[in-house]
This record gives sequence, structure tokens and C-alpha cells, in this order.
Amino acid sequence: MLSYALRTLTRMALTFFAIVTIVFFATRLSGDAIDYVVGEGITSEDRALLIEYYDLDKPLFSQYLAFLHAFTDGQFGLSFIERRPVSEIVVERLWPSAQLLLPAMALTLLVSIPLGIAAAIWRKSWVGSAVMAVAFLGYAVPNFVLAIVMMLVFSYWLNWLPVVGNGTALHFIMPTVAMAGVLIAALTRFTRNAMLDVLGQDFMRTARAKGLPEARVIVKHGLRNAGITILSVIGLQVAGLAAAGSVVIESIFAWPGIGDLLVSSALRRDYPVLQFGVLTVALAVIVINAAVDLAYAWADPRLRHTVKA
Amino acid sequence: MTRSPLLSVENLSLNFGSFNAVRDLSFDIARGETVALVGESGSGKSATALALLRLIEREGGSISGGRVRLHGTPELELSSLTDRQMQQVRGNRVSMIFQEPMTALNPVMPLGEQVAEVLRLHQGLDTGAARAAAREAFERVKIPEPERRLDQFPHELSGGLRQRVMIAMALACRPDLLIADEPTTALDVTTQAEILALIRELQEQIGTAVLFITHDMGVVAKIADRVVVLCRGDKVEEGPVEDVFLRPRAPYTQALMAATPKLGSGAPKPLHRAEAPVLAVEDLAVRFPVQRGLRPGAHLDYHAVNGVSLSIAPGETLGLVGESGCGKSTLARAVLRLVDPTAGRVHLNGREITRLETAELRGIRKEAQMVFQDPFASLNPRMAVRDLITEPAQIQSRMSRAERQALAEELLQKVGLEPDAANRFAHQFSGGQRQRLCIARALSVRPSLIVADEAVSALDVSVARQVTELMAKLQEEDRVSFLFISHDIAVVERVSHRVAVMWSGQIVETGPTEAVLHNPQHPYTRRLLAAVPVPDPARRDDRALDLPKLTPPKLLLPAQQTPARAEMVEVADGHFVAAHDRASAMLFGTPLQTPRENAHGSATSLPVSRSQLDRV
Repeated sequence: MLSYALRTLTRMALTFFAIVTIVFFATRLSGDAIDYVVGEGITSEDRALLIEYYDLDKPLFSQYLAFLHAFTDGQFGLSFIERRPVSEIVVERLWPSAQLLLPAMALTLLVSIPLGIAAAIWRKSWVGSAVMAVAFLGYAVPNFVLAIVMMLVFSYWLNWLPVVGNGTALHFIMPTVAMAGVLIAALTRFTRNAMLDVLGQDFMRTARAKGLPEARVIVKHGLRNAGITILSVIGLQVAGLAAAGSVVIESIFAWPGIGDLLVSSALRRDYPVLQFGVLTVALAVIVINAAVDLAYAWADPRLRHTVKA
Repeated sequence: MTRSPLLSVENLSLNFGSFNAVRDLSFDIARGETVALVGESGSGKSATALALLRLIEREGGSISGGRVRLHGTPELELSSLTDRQMQQVRGNRVSMIFQEPMTALNPVMPLGEQVAEVLRLHQGLDTGAARAAAREAFERVKIPEPERRLDQFPHELSGGLRQRVMIAMALACRPDLLIADEPTTALDVTTQAEILALIRELQEQIGTAVLFITHDMGVVAKIADRVVVLCRGDKVEEGPVEDVFLRPRAPYTQALMAATPKLGSGAPKPLHRAEAPVLAVEDLAVRFPVQRGLRPGAHLDYHAVNGVSLSIAPGETLGLVGESGCGKSTLARAVLRLVDPTAGRVHLNGREITRLETAELRGIRKEAQMVFQDPFASLNPRMAVRDLITEPAQIQSRMSRAERQALAEELLQKVGLEPDAANRFAHQFSGGQRQRLCIARALSVRPSLIVADEAVSALDVSVARQVTELMAKLQEEDRVSFLFISHDIAVVERVSHRVAVMWSGQIVETGPTEAVLHNPQHPYTRRLLAAVPVPDPARRDDRALDLPKLTPPKLLLPAQQTPARAEMVEVADGHFVAAHDRASAMLFGTPLQTPRENAHGSATSLPVSRSQLDRV
């Protein structure tokens, strides 16, 4: 188990380093930050002073080394715009993001797993076809389209729900649904496929031959096996989709989360914030992946056995 | 027999869609009786088993007529019960065990829980009592260390032990009827003998009736009181086991009996081996590294094949016998360089091929070809038969379309198929015909050696017989040599001039077929032979179970270590036995045990002399 955990950790560290490098160079592809940071009519002396102050005159590679150095002392610099430490800015955005993400994930699991199972059991009847049709539609519709349509219907036409912000419980409904939409569609399809694989297996026939009621056969023997596959999919696909979704959904609903921060920092070329923000999200995804990996190894006795050895 | 009836099947008909799988089937099972339902693939025997438990609907079939009555209290008409009512019957009054112990158990549920579940369900036991009862059930089926097994998972157990767990599960509620669908087909013969003995013993203890479904007449003779023979959905014969074996009335039963290989019914005479061998293998070893831990040097080696020597003369068939995991398939692949040997030498037609580069290997494919076990998986479904069976020849030398067609027709004729088969595809043929195609494909390059790895094991007995007869005919016409690998000793006897018995990566006995099978010397050979079910109900003794069980050497060892190796000692003309001690081998019947120790107390393995090797 220890060597397995060690391998997972090493893999995490390497992935993180690769992301750090890509983030650093990618943020610098979009142009000169100084033009954005300062207003119109700056003198060329002041401009040069600022460039020197932010080390933007140094070669790119030494900027990169300085950036890596920040990981040793935790000084990730100040925001170009707000003049506050970036860690402070990013951290205060984490909780609103989590407030949106957690209900969205809960909604996803609650809806898609029963739907996926139903679609597998009744794959030949209209139930299965209907579930799959909706899932395909949900997968095909981009989440921002879903968000805007909901705004149009529920806020503009019906006037039931507030358009943007996160002030009241009512504010949570549309962003949560918009975020969960594509996740539900994806996970329903995965659940159905995982369940279909299991339904045809010999041990399901054994379970029926024992005299178990069909519901217990499906849940206790079927879902317990399919769940292992579903778990891995949640780690690999859903975590990534959720991270991407929060960037889009938060901007649309002006939700003060980390996704919204990333978009606005990118537009303002606030590199320090952008870098730190992207790295925070990346780290979160990597940690979730690793956690699911370990959970997967723990949940599958066949794997647990090899992992122990 | 005057026992009261337990189950009556009356005019049962089963359908899969519009296909009529079973027609008008009637038979009775009395209390405590064992009825064997016998037939080849497609006979409807498994469909019948599933229908009795009403599981057939789940597999896409249906009961289209007839009744199934379960006598007792209450008396039930199974074919008209609802699914909820059937749940009270399944696992409680009627239970079932299946063919594949590897897949029939839930891989992610502890074994104890899988058994306890039935007890909680039908007997209303609480968690603690159910666990205790599961433990008892494990003891009843003689699973060693039952307490520890309760918390283990299926993958941690061997096939034989898993089947014991299945039996424990099926008998947990002491059902009136146990339906056993080919329960030993996937097991080795020695394990099969143990499981059959176990089923018989438990049946006497509990008084359960057994419906035993099988294709193997040897198993029928060993276990059944009465036999029902099915042929393509029709009952063709029914009677007490002695009658059916002594005086089979239906022509189909007679044909089935005739096709069933019987151990001791004669082997081809050994050849006079004057010519240079087609294949000579010396001291061949195949090891697979198994990674353990993070340090690079810490790996273990799995010794799949450990110092095997053998040779095959032109026109000769060497039968290689052994149970699953003994290394026989690895050996076959290593001989053809499909896996790379770790040590030793392979000579094909006098040329050493052990160190040939990949490009040079193409040449040897002209001389040696392989036929695999599964004729469904080993033929490309998207290629026309013409291209399929001439592909090896095409690789060797380019041919025009007309040449390929001509060659294909010639090959098809040779293996007994119509020439117009050339334009068809593999899925349009039956299992036996496909295996003929595989043989035709191997023959396309006119090889001097064909390695047949379990080539007839997946076929029905009558079809298997035709295929082995075809092989014998080809051998006579073209002097092809065969390395014929099988776990079925009776089939090996019928085709082999000589046999080699493999056990734990080594050949423990080899020699002329008659000599080895009639005068086995190695304890493993004896145990193996004794376990083969004899298709004769008068000979039901379980000789195999009285023989001592051998402890196999450890094959997974730290790098640089090799398992102890035995010397091949010649005990009769051309008949060699592995012995760690020459003296004990000479004294026939003395168990061969520990490696011989030299003066310093350390084990030695004696080198095999050249002259011996040439004859092995």
C-alpha cells in the first residue's frame, strides 16, 4: 500500500510541475501586462520604472526561475491591479466556488446514478431510450447555453429567480443546475454502460439463483461492482468537467468564485493572480484524482490485494 | 427404485425467440436421486436447467409449454409462479451451481458474506448466526482454514476452492434439489475427482437430489443414478445408468458412447525413430519477471517452464499432458518463439532457432505452425476463408489471386470441407469446421511440425473425434509431426506415439504412450491417471483421492534462484521418469521426494547426459 501511495504522490508532483511550467508560459502569450496595469498617458520613464519593478525586463527564463522560487518561500507576489498578495485574493474566492460545486456534485450523483441504472435495466423499453435521449441532449448542449436559456425563461420571462449574484438561497438554483447539467448527462451515460457490463455477468445469475429479490440483485451485487468503475470515472472525467464548468458558470452568473476570478484576471492580464488561481484549481483537480485513485484501489479487493503486495 | 418423486417435468418446451430449444421434454427426479442430463452443445440441457429455476426469462428465453411440478410441502407448479414466489424456491428448495467458478462469484464481496446472504434471506438468521452458519457450510465442503476464507475474496482462491464455495452456498439451506450445470468442466481432472466425490458425499448427508448437467460420459458414469440424453432439444433416451452404458438403445447415445475417448483403448504404436528429429528442445526455461517493490533488483521470477527437454521425430505425435498452470502452453509458445525462452536451446529441423532475430523468424514459420484452442477467437471474422487459410503462405511468398484460390481449394479438400467454402467467412462455420480451417491454415505452408495447443478441447466429443482423425490422416499422408497439447489424457492417448507429462514447469515422465499410461512411475502421473473419469458405471472408485497429494515446488522465486530440478532416469526402453534420487526411481512405486543431498548437505541437481537427451 505504501509503495502504491508513494507512486501516486510522485505522479501528482510531476503533473503539478508540468502544469506550473505550462501556466507560466501560457499566461505570457497574451501580450504585455503593463499596458493594462497603467492608465492612458503614462510617461515612458514611469513605464520603464514599472517594468523594472515587476521584473518584466528580465529574460523570460529567469522570470520563470523566480516564479519557481516562490514555491520555496510562499511569496507568490502581489496582484498587478489590487496590490494585495495573490494568495489572499484567491483563497477568499475558494469558499463561494465550493458552495456552488458541492451542491452541483450532490445533485449530479443523486440524479445520474438512478437514471443510469434505470437506463441499463430497461435498455430495450422506452424508459432506456428516453433517458439516453435526454442524456445525449444534455451532453450536446453547452453549459453556457443552458445557463442563458434558464436566465431567459426563469428570470426574464417568468421573473421567478434572480439573474446574477449569490445573495440568497434562490440565487443558488440556476447556477447549480447549469453546472450539474453536463455532469449529469456524462455520468448517466457512464453509469448505464458500467451497469450494462455488470448485468451480463455470471455472478448476477448466481445472485438470482440464490433467491434474492431483483432490487437487491441490482443494488447489492450489481451496483457494488459497477460502482468501482463509476468511481474512477468521477475522478477522471467529472472533476475536470466541474473545474471547466465553474469558470464558465461563475462568469455568467457573476458568482464571486475562483472561476470568475480567473476570467477577470486573464482579461486584465493580472499574471500573478491568474497563475496562482490556475495552479490552485489544478492542484485541486490533481488531489481529487489522486484521492479517487486511492479510493478505487481500496474499493476493489482485487486491486487492494496487488496494492498491498 | 421406489423413492417418491421430487420434481416432475412434463412436456416442457422452451423457446428463445422463435427458436425452439427444447421440445416436449418429460422426466422425473426422485428424492435423493442423481439424474444426469447429457448432451452436446446445443442440446438444450443448460436451457432446461435455467427453466427449472425460471431464470431462462432473464437470458431471453421462455417456457412455451408444459409443466414443472415440485412435490413436497407445499406442492408447487414452478412454471406458473410469479417471480416473487420463485424467490422463495431459489436457493432454498432448489439451488444451482454453475460451470465457471471464476466468474460465478461476486468479485467484490467477501466469500463469507456471499454464503451468509442466502442464510439470512431464507432462514432469517441475524448477522452473527449467518456468519457462523457460513463457516459451518465451509467446513462441510472441506475448505481448509474456513475462518480465514470467510473474509477473503474470490480472486484469492483456486478454481477448485471457488467451486467448493459455490457448493457451500448452494447447499447452505439444505435444498431438496441441486442443479449442477457442468460444475467440473472448467476444472482439472484431479480437482474434478475431488468435487464429484464431495457432491456425492454431501448428497448422502443431506439427502438432496441432484440434476447433473454434463457433456462428459465419464462424469456421468461416475455420479449418476439415471441418465436422460438430449439431442437438439429432444429426449432420445432415458434409463438407469448401467442400462444406458451397457445397452444404449438410441443411435445418438451409441454414437456419443463411441466418440467418448476412453483411457486404455489403445495408442498408436511408437515409431522407429531413426531419422534426425524435427524438433529438439534442450533444457528450455521460460521465466517471467514479477515486479515487487520499488527497488529495481527486487523482482521475483516466475519459473513457468523449468528445464524441459524433448524431441519429436518426423511423422510422430508427442502428446503433452498437464493440468492448468503447469506451463504447457508457455512451452508450446516458447518452442515457436512466440515467447522468448530465458535459457536452453530449440532446434527445428536441425537449425537452432533460439537466438534468431525477428526478421529471421519468418523463415521458421514455414516449418512450424500452430493451432490454437479457441476456433472462434483465432480466425479473423472479416477475412474470407480463401485469404484466411492461405495467409501464412502469402507471407512466405507472394501469390496471385488465382494461385491463392487454387491453394485454398486444395487445403479445404484436404481437411474435408467443400471448395466453395473459400468464399465464405469464419462465422458461417461450426466449431469443428472452424478448427478444420485452423488446421488448413497451418498446412498452407507445408510445415513439418504443427503445435496443437488444446486444439480439440473446446469441441464436442463427436466433433473432436473427427478432428483428431483428420490429424492422423494428415500425418499419414504428409508425415507432419505434431506436438499435441491437452489436459485430456484419453484424447492424448488416442493420437500420440509418445507422451510427456508436465507438472509445475517440468516434464516428470515421458515415453511411449502405452508404457507411460499403463505403467506410470511418477506419483503425479499416477494421480492424474487415477483421476480420469472412466465411462463405466461399474468402476466408480475414487482411486485418485487415496493417492498422496503432491506439494508442487515453489515457482515464484527471488531473481537468480531456480527451483530444484530432477534428473530424468530411464526406467524402461525410452521411458523416462523425473527423479531426484536414482535409486528411488528404480524401485518402482517409491515416492520421489526431496532433492538428493550431497556430502555437504546441499541439494544438487544432476546433469543430464547427452545420450539421454537425444532419446528423451
